[in-house]
Amino acid sequence: MINEILFMNGYGVYVWSSFIFTLSGFFILYSVIKLQLIKEQKKFNAKYENLSSEKFELAKKQKTYRELLPNTSISKI
Amino acid sequence: MLNYFNQNKILLIINRLRKYIFAMFLTVLLVGLFEALVLSPEDYKQSDSARIMYVHVPSAWISLGIFSLISILSFGIFIFKNKNFALITKSLAPSGFLFNIIALVTGSIWGKPTWGTWWAWDARITSMLLLAIFYLMFILSWRIFDNNEKAIKVSSIVAIIGFINVPIVKFSVDWWSTLHQPASVNLLKDTTIHSSMLVPLFIMTAAFALFSLLIFLMKYNTELIKIKNKGLDRL
Repeated sequence: MINEILFMNGYGVYVWSSFIFTLSGFFILYSVIKLQLIKEQKKFNAKYENLSSEKFELAKKQKTYRELLPNTSISKI
Repeated sequence: MLNYFNQNKILLIINRLRKYIFAMFLTVLLVGLFEALVLSPEDYKQSDSARIMYVHVPSAWISLGIFSLISILSFGIFIFKNKNFALITKSLAPSGFLFNIIALVTGSIWGKPTWGTWWAWDARITSMLLLAIFYLMFILSWRIFDNNEKAIKVSSIVAIIGFINVPIVKFSVDWWSTLHQPASVNLLKDTTIHSSMLVPLFIMTAAFALFSLLIFLMKYNTELIKIKNKGLDRL
């Protein structure tokens, strides 16, 4: 049974390489996009933490930042 | 209608949905892989090499579908002047490009045991390669131009011109004599694939569509945070 699945009547190398290429592509794209997302979130956190109290209050009032912050590790709001 | 593209609403929805979509994608993919590699029967003509169809065909469908969507939204950018459409097209492109590459590479691997060659310059394969070039030009236009307005304009023009290639990809097997076989799954005509192969094909298509959605949501989220980062600089 396992041999049948592995060798697939002599076509195993073609079938498995196609599936492995596809799944590797998924893994690489997911990792790249995830890293980009984490990088931008970290950049946002760092900028937000370094805001002066005046700017912090201003940002707090803006809806866009209120909605973004619950999704980051900052808990100022 | 354009209220549905409100960035803040979308950001909230994205963060709620992402983990559910990821779990759904993994589940559907595992079921699809089991069906495709174990349960589905071998083809009477192509034997087990036909199993490559389960990654090749959904990839081709989705890459073509995503490019069509990008092109339609690019028309929308010029008509409605909505910059959110540009953000959506930019976020759709990476998964569309990946699926285009997967379709080309797995098609090439499938070609070796069935046609005896890795590559042939026939109409379907060449038009798919052209689609990959349009995807690449679209993605590069966002990287090359620092000016956002210019990047939006150039990428939209690339997508609109590239849309001419979409029906060529679809109907190339009917218009010209090609090595590539004609479509076996038809919406309007009878489908020539047995249900034992059609079911895994649709499950794999669903898994690939969920992956595209997941990548789109993550990329869109990244783009929104980038904009908000710039906004913090301007405070």
